[in-house]
Amino acid sequence: MTLFDGKTLSWKLTGQVLELALHHQPCNEIGFATLEELENFAEHLKDQASEARVLIIHSQLPAGFSAGADLRETYRLLQSLTSAERAAGVRNFLERIHGVYNSIDALPLITVAAVHGVVFGGGFELALTCDMIVADRSARFCFPELRLGLIPGFGGIPRLKRDLGNSFVRDLLFTGRSISAAKAATVGLVSQLVGQGEALRVARGVAAQIIKVDSTATTMAKRFIKRIPYEELQQEIDLFCELFNRPVVEAALRKFVESSDVQPYLP
Amino acid sequence: MLTFDQTLQQLILLASEHFKVPASQLNPDDDFFKKLGINSLQTLDLLTKLESHFNVELPDYELQGVSDFRTLAERIQSRL
Repeated sequence: MTLFDGKTLSWKLTGQVLELALHHQPCNEIGFATLEELENFAEHLKDQASEARVLIIHSQLPAGFSAGADLRETYRLLQSLTSAERAAGVRNFLERIHGVYNSIDALPLITVAAVHGVVFGGGFELALTCDMIVADRSARFCFPELRLGLIPGFGGIPRLKRDLGNSFVRDLLFTGRSISAAKAATVGLVSQLVGQGEALRVARGVAAQIIKVDSTATTMAKRFIKRIPYEELQQEIDLFCELFNRPVVEAALRKFVESSDVQPYLP
Repeated sequence: MLTFDQTLQQLILLASEHFKVPASQLNPDDDFFKKLGINSLQTLDLLTKLESHFNVELPDYELQGVSDFRTLAERIQSRL
C-alpha cells in the first residue's frame, strides 16, 4: 500500500516491510526538496514504527542510489546569500539533515539499504545510517567532499568510523577515490553482494527473514550493537561549517557545476 | 600473469562487448571516451567492469587524464 508519493521519494508498506524509494532525477541529489520529504518520512516513521519491522531504502533510478548533496543547488544558493547568511543557512540545512539521518539510524526497525550504481557523498551517508547494505555489483561508493575543500557533512565520518577500520576510512576520505561493491564487501561495508538489478529483491528476502525473528530480541540486539555517535556527529557539523565559508570551497563548487568532465568529482 | 599485450587485447575486447562497438574499430591509441562515447556514469561502470575482469583495484585518481586504451592497459598491468 503506497502511503506517500512525493516529488523526490515515496514510501509504501507491504505487510511489515516499509520501503522508501528515492526517485529524484537525475540521481537522487539531496537538496531542499528531498530534505523536506525526508523530514516528512521521519515524522511518519514515528507512527509507523509500531506496524513495520523492517525498512528498506532503495532508488528507482537507473543511475544509482544517490549522488549525494545537490551541489548545483548549493552553488546557486551561495550566489544569492551574504557570508553570514551562508553560514547560518548551511548550519540549518545540516542540522535538519542530521535530524532525519539520526532518526533513521536510531530506529527500532531493522534497516536495509539496497544500493546500485552511484552511492556518493550524502547518498553514501544515507546508506550508512542503515543496519546493513545490500549492494549490486554496479554500486560504487565514494566520499568526494575533501576534493571540494569540505568533509562529508551528513554524518559520514562518524558512521564510517563506527563500521570500518580507520586506515580504510582515511583512504576513502583523503583520496576521494570510489570503490566497487566487491571491494566494499571485502572490507565489511556491504553485507551482501548481489547481481546487477538484484539488490531490492535480495533486501526483501532479508526483510522476510528478519520478520520471522522475535521483535523484542531484534530491537534490543540492535540497540546493544549499534551506538549512535551523537557527539562526533555534532562535531562534524561544526567542522563542516568552519570549512564551508571559504573561497576555496566556492571555487571548487563552481568548477564542479561548470565541469563537463566525465569524472567531475575529481579535482 | 597476463602479458601487457594480453591485457591490452582483453581491455579492448571488454570495451567492445560492453559498449557494443566492434573490436576491429578500436585501436590501442584511440581516445576511448570519444570512441565509445561514454559519460561520467558509464566511466564508473567501466571502472567496475575492469576491476572485476582483471581482479584488481583501480583507484580512479590513477586513471585521471588517461584516455587511450594503451595507457589504461599500462595502469591495469601495474596492478596485476
